[in-house]
Amino acid sequence: MSAETPAPEFRPAASRALRDPELRANFRRAMDGLILKRGEQFADPVEWNDLRNLGAAIRGRTLAKLPELLERLEAACTRNGIRVHWARDAEEGNAIVLGILREHGATRVVKSKSMVSEEMHLNEYLEEQGIDPLESDLGEYIIQLDHETPSHIIAPAIHMNRRQIARLFGKKIREARYTEDIDELTAIARRVLRKKFFEADAGISGVNFAVAETGTLCLVENEGNGRMSTHVPSVHIALMGLEKVVENLEDVPPLYSLLTRSATGQPITTYFNMISGPRGAEEKDGPAEVHLVILDNGRSRIFEDEALAQTLKCIRCGACMNHCPVYTRVGGHAYQSVYPGPIGKILTPQMEGVGRRHDLLEASSLCGACGEVCPVGIRIPELIVRLRREAIEGRPDGPGSVAEAGRGRHALESAAWTIWEAALTDSGLYRALGFAATRLRRLLPPWLPVLSRWTSVRSTPVPGRRTLHELAREAGVPDE
Amino acid sequence: MSVSIPDSGTATKPEAVYYFGTCLVDLFYPEAGLSGIRLLEREGVRVVFPQGQTCCGQPAYNSGFHQEARTVARAQIALFPKPYPVVLPSGSCAGMMKHHYPALFEGEPDVAVAREFASRVVELTSFLTGVLRVKLTDRGEKTRVTWHSSCHAMREMGIFAEPRELLAQLDNVELVSLAREFECCGFGGTFAVREPEVSAAMVEDKSADVQATRASTLLSADGGCLLNIAGRLDAKGSLVSCRHVADFLWERTRER
Repeated sequence: MSAETPAPEFRPAASRALRDPELRANFRRAMDGLILKRGEQFADPVEWNDLRNLGAAIRGRTLAKLPELLERLEAACTRNGIRVHWARDAEEGNAIVLGILREHGATRVVKSKSMVSEEMHLNEYLEEQGIDPLESDLGEYIIQLDHETPSHIIAPAIHMNRRQIARLFGKKIREARYTEDIDELTAIARRVLRKKFFEADAGISGVNFAVAETGTLCLVENEGNGRMSTHVPSVHIALMGLEKVVENLEDVPPLYSLLTRSATGQPITTYFNMISGPRGAEEKDGPAEVHLVILDNGRSRIFEDEALAQTLKCIRCGACMNHCPVYTRVGGHAYQSVYPGPIGKILTPQMEGVGRRHDLLEASSLCGACGEVCPVGIRIPELIVRLRREAIEGRPDGPGSVAEAGRGRHALESAAWTIWEAALTDSGLYRALGFAATRLRRLLPPWLPVLSRWTSVRSTPVPGRRTLHELAREAGVPDE
Repeated sequence: MSVSIPDSGTATKPEAVYYFGTCLVDLFYPEAGLSGIRLLEREGVRVVFPQGQTCCGQPAYNSGFHQEARTVARAQIALFPKPYPVVLPSGSCAGMMKHHYPALFEGEPDVAVAREFASRVVELTSFLTGVLRVKLTDRGEKTRVTWHSSCHAMREMGIFAEPRELLAQLDNVELVSLAREFECCGFGGTFAVREPEVSAAMVEDKSADVQATRASTLLSADGGCLLNIAGRLDAKGSLVSCRHVADFLWERTRER
């Protein structure tokens, strides 16, 4: 990410979102539904624990031999006729995709959902090059019409309700008549997209799991658009972050089960695609060429640190955002980051710098709901604290150091913690302060700098008449 | 919900325990802190309260100022040298001492001391039920209460059933569950002042859920959540009283 552009800020965007009652209702309703559906899938805590442990172990084993597995994946894909490309960053990734499209004279592209393509800002890039990428996932199609970015990694248009989508379709799709009926709205999108699949020169997709053993690309979806995008056009380009590799075919079913149940509360999805290469000589359909672009974009730096490498276990189910009390209230756009919610809070600062995106690290009450539901056991709250420490105390140089370590430290706050430390290590001073606070009690002015943020919606806190230290001493509780 | 059996530090009833009051209880809920001591003493346990104690260090730890947090934590650990369980009337501070102290001291010369201390840390309600197996007799009037569990009590200390078991022993107390009872109230320590607007939205929803129960009292075992929810309810002019569970239990069961 370029350091020259001004750092995005969570706070003002969150503030705007909080003042939008329709947006808030949309998220609350959607998240409540997703929480309920996931809860039903994992009603048996023993089964949940076992499956999660298995998922965590599979992802842990994958990370332990990540470089080797990536080499094996490349070899297996190559054997299958899939051409593998390595991209160090988004710029390289975009150039690779453009090169393939140019080689085929492709100008019309259909895409199925890919967060990596969002990370690369691929659509924007292709449009600048005169190529027309069309999103075919219904949610992605909706936000593309609205010139928006995804507000959720699984459900990109979750910030909109039925009426908002009806208005958008009425305005943007010429042949559509205005309707608020969900089935009719879906049918409108389907009619538009159907035609585009057959006109497209190339298809672009993401990858959910790439199997090193067999060179198989797995794609999880519900709408059939993934299958259409990857099988109808004559060229298929699959994009993946390098952490999406798994070792064996047998690693896939447990991860798939964890993914769909955690994400949408579905036992399985409507479609599960396993792509093992281009169309064979005797085969009637499928693309003539399959390309796999493996993107690093900061991931190998994350991989360097044993604890932070956990970030790369993520299978992008979105359960952490569904259960996040902050995300539920402000929605995905407030994060000003490709990956919103708790996983975005640990991933984005590592990619862009803990100084630049310190705002994301602060936007957590550390309630732990994200870590509790993570299907592969990523301890997100602990990693948030770790990254906060990196931002304050970290050293910017040396192997495995976090991007922009030490750059989140501000003089005023550091001074405040130094005073705090002094007051709490000197028990005499601490007791004197407690004595003063309990005697002043209601005299605390609610407009004090930090206190005023508390009293904006709350009464001024009133200390007790005497401290527990005093009460305990008076009651004769032994001090030993 | 993760379900786990809390490690109470000791399986059988000890002759003595240490009490770590926590800074929030010390300042804002001192009576509740004393009630916690009374509840323990009534079971025949000698309670030791080292007067030098201050704060577990969590605010600095969570803010990334680990050096400062460690200095404060080290000063606390030194005050609790005997092998007694360390009982806290807070799931959040207990979580800090039990689960984060070992990480905070990783690589320090006194990491073993910190780990040993952490292994003795136990939250009050789980100690009352799991170790002391208290039997309570309700002497209070009929009342309807609701319960808010702190996120750290639930998710770090694995405490969910314990306070409910205690309240279930009180014949005249009706416990009504909160809607979305597993959702954070928006306190989050310094979060409340770092992200005041998001925190305000969270506590607004929580206080509305409390009011919807029509309970006269909100109980919790964590001072931070109480301060937050009570502050919002009071600002709204609500008459719901917000109390630390130790205070409530002691008041209803003490012999007069």
